[in-house]
Amino acid sequence: MTLVDPELQTAAKPPYQLSPQERKFIGWHMIVAIAALFVGSLFGPLQAFEFSGLNLYQYIEPVFKSYYQGLTLHGVLNALVWTTFFIVGFTNLVVIKGLGRPLSHPKINLVGFWVMLIGLLMAAAPLLLNQATVLYTFYPPLKASWAFYLGLTLVVVGSWIEGVGFYLSMIAWRRDNKGVRSPFIAMAGVVNAAMWQIATLGIAIEILTMLLPWSLGLTDATDPQLARTYFWFTGHPLVYFWLLPAYISWYGMLPKQAGGKLFSDSLARLSFWMFLIVSVPVGFHHQFTDPGVPVVWKWIHAVLTYSVFFPSMLTAFTVIASLEYAARRRGGTGIIGWVRALPWNDPSVTSQLLAGILFMFGGVSGLTNASYNLNLVVHNTAWVPGHFHLTVATAVTMSFMGISYWLVPHITGKKLWNPKLAVAQAWVWFVGMIVFSNAMHMLGLLGAPRRTPLGEALYVPEEWEGHLLRVSIGGAILLVSLLMYVLVMLKTAIGPKADPADVPEVPIAESMRHPQLTPTWLDRFKPWLIVAGLLVVLSYGPQLVDQILNMDLNSPGTNFRPW
Amino acid sequence: MTDLDDRPAEPDLPEPYLEIDPYEKNWMRVSIVLLVAFAAAITVAGFAAGFQLPGPESRVDPRTLLDTEPWKTPGVFEVAEGEYEAYVVAQAWSFSPLEIVVPVGADVTIYVTSSDLQHGFKITDTNINMMVLPGQVSKLEYTFDEVGEFPYLCTEYCGQGHAAMYGRVTVLSQADYDARTADTEATDASGSEG
Ligand code: HEM
Ligand SMILES: [Cu+2]
Ligand SMILES: [Cu+2]
Repeated sequence: MTLVDPELQTAAKPPYQLSPQERKFIGWHMIVAIAALFVGSLFGPLQAFEFSGLNLYQYIEPVFKSYYQGLTLHGVLNALVWTTFFIVGFTNLVVIKGLGRPLSHPKINLVGFWVMLIGLLMAAAPLLLNQATVLYTFYPPLKASWAFYLGLTLVVVGSWIEGVGFYLSMIAWRRDNKGVRSPFIAMAGVVNAAMWQIATLGIAIEILTMLLPWSLGLTDATDPQLARTYFWFTGHPLVYFWLLPAYISWYGMLPKQAGGKLFSDSLARLSFWMFLIVSVPVGFHHQFTDPGVPVVWKWIHAVLTYSVFFPSMLTAFTVIASLEYAARRRGGTGIIGWVRALPWNDPSVTSQLLAGILFMFGGVSGLTNASYNLNLVVHNTAWVPGHFHLTVATAVTMSFMGISYWLVPHITGKKLWNPKLAVAQAWVWFVGMIVFSNAMHMLGLLGAPRRTPLGEALYVPEEWEGHLLRVSIGGAILLVSLLMYVLVMLKTAIGPKADPADVPEVPIAESMRHPQLTPTWLDRFKPWLIVAGLLVVLSYGPQLVDQILNMDLNSPGTNFRPW
Repeated sequence: MTDLDDRPAEPDLPEPYLEIDPYEKNWMRVSIVLLVAFAAAITVAGFAAGFQLPGPESRVDPRTLLDTEPWKTPGVFEVAEGEYEAYVVAQAWSFSPLEIVVPVGADVTIYVTSSDLQHGFKITDTNINMMVLPGQVSKLEYTFDEVGEFPYLCTEYCGQGHAAMYGRVTVLSQADYDARTADTEATDASGSEG
């Protein structure tokens, strides 16, 4: 048909630009996500202040009834809503930009988004009415309103539907591009969606077979042990669902922003496949102190948990190597001195670099949690929130904030408002989190329980007090950073349209070696999905079957509302 | 690799192969060695060093728990010279008993369950830390080698009164413990007389 060499054609073709509808669609995900982060995080400082005796709950009492209602909102809005909406929106972007063409069935994604949104509104009503003060883990027999469970289910189902949209787009692209390596960021986004789909089967089954019928009055009681097993089937991979989009950015975008390239396309893919297969079969590491899970299974999951550490180590190497390459190209020198040559004046880069630095500490405390002997010291203590404020509330949240510093301008066609303030925002979060999380870790080692308003607890010994105060100080610093972030986002969104030349592009890093040189086995979904399924069956099958066969629905809970 | 045949462009690309940078290879080796070491360490601790975790012990019916022995009369009992069993019921929002008194050196096996919601049971400054679920009995053993007070706290959210839910293990010297036992026996006796 045409005489032009197809390769030259692609080379000459400018990168696919998002259509106005696509921008809007991704934008709606971001609006919900950032609003959730804002409202959800406001409770964080309230909790932190309470620890040292500054109880502000009395002032919000007419609306929010207790520390625990606030904590439920904090957990649900931050850990579930901010993350999920951001991730699904961002995955739309990486799939579209990665494949360089629109989604194959954009209507499916539209439906998925609406289902998520309706679910969110449905869950929000009982949360705000204090009818679902069960914390974001909703362990039975704490019984929330049915609307809470149904709403959460819809959020998950909506994310599945959007996931289907991503799979179909990937399949269509592969059909049209036989023999070409699928672009890394698109592949990685789809891997995360697939992992999520497997992982969320746990809570889907928990809610549909146990919690929803019970909250509707169709059944009388629950089996709390089985419910926990279902929950943590989803609960651990949940953290990788949060983390992998940050990794997509660290591998596939940050090197470009820093002026370099992806160090190894092959190993980037390898680590995503490893996350796909080992994220799920490790959930019992959250249940080391559960009475109803045999010790041997706890041990198996503990060992498997260490294998998740491997792709994290790969990531550390590849990401740092990519950054070092970028920094040396910019004239950086020295063994560590090159770090200074990175573009620290770019808020997106700074935010993600600081995220990565604190993530190393989060990784160390995570390894501690995963050792089932050390876990006995820290389980359900303040150490644990200390740990995951380094991971989800920093590594993930700061990376997403960093991404939003180019993404929001990109989809709105504006310039980032006050980039200097944005750089400062990242540093303030970093400092606040160091203070906050160090104090939380210390409190945990001293035995302070989590999920507890320690300011009002009667058993608090004097030696905790300095740390409790540091939690409050850290919380105050974090509050300042949060407000700076929301201000920058708002001012950017309502600012004037910018000259297209000033609007940031989507940064997509090239890899040092041509991706076509990556072996085909690192670009095939089927074998990895099969291995993932097999591992899940092996690591969970026997225990799940056992717990289901021995299910005893004998726990009705309390006959009064316990909160 | 046949797939590649329908890709006429870039004929100069060599066959794909997995290339790993030598530094990265070493890094991978170190990572694997570390992981194996960690896994070995927890395995040794778990199976050779006498370390314990709660595991399936027995199951109970929370609906009738408070009418069933031994949960009807929770407390601590000496079962053999220096060996004790403590039965603790967690209920929104208190533990019973509120205090467990043992002499120094006591080897105590602690059984805890819940009659209503999920709770936690962690004794400060010890390795006793377990989830307490209705329907399941959690068990761990501990030797109290030091005189003092060891608060046990509820470490899982269980509703409005969660922060007020705690009790304590009081470890007495043998002399104090004997004096106390004599005391309680005396009051028990006088109580039944009057
Ligand atoms: C302004 C910054 C923040 C502060 C000061 C803060 C503070 C806190 C504190 C003090 C707790 C412990 C409460 C307790 O155990 O009693 C907590 C729990 C938690 N936070 Fe944050 N937080 C902040 C931001 C975030 C963010 C950004 C996320 C996630 C993206 C997050 C996720 C969570 C989760 C999941 C919990 C556990 C809730 C539960 O135990 O049910 N936080 N936060
Ligand atoms: Cu986990
Ligand atoms: Cu409690």
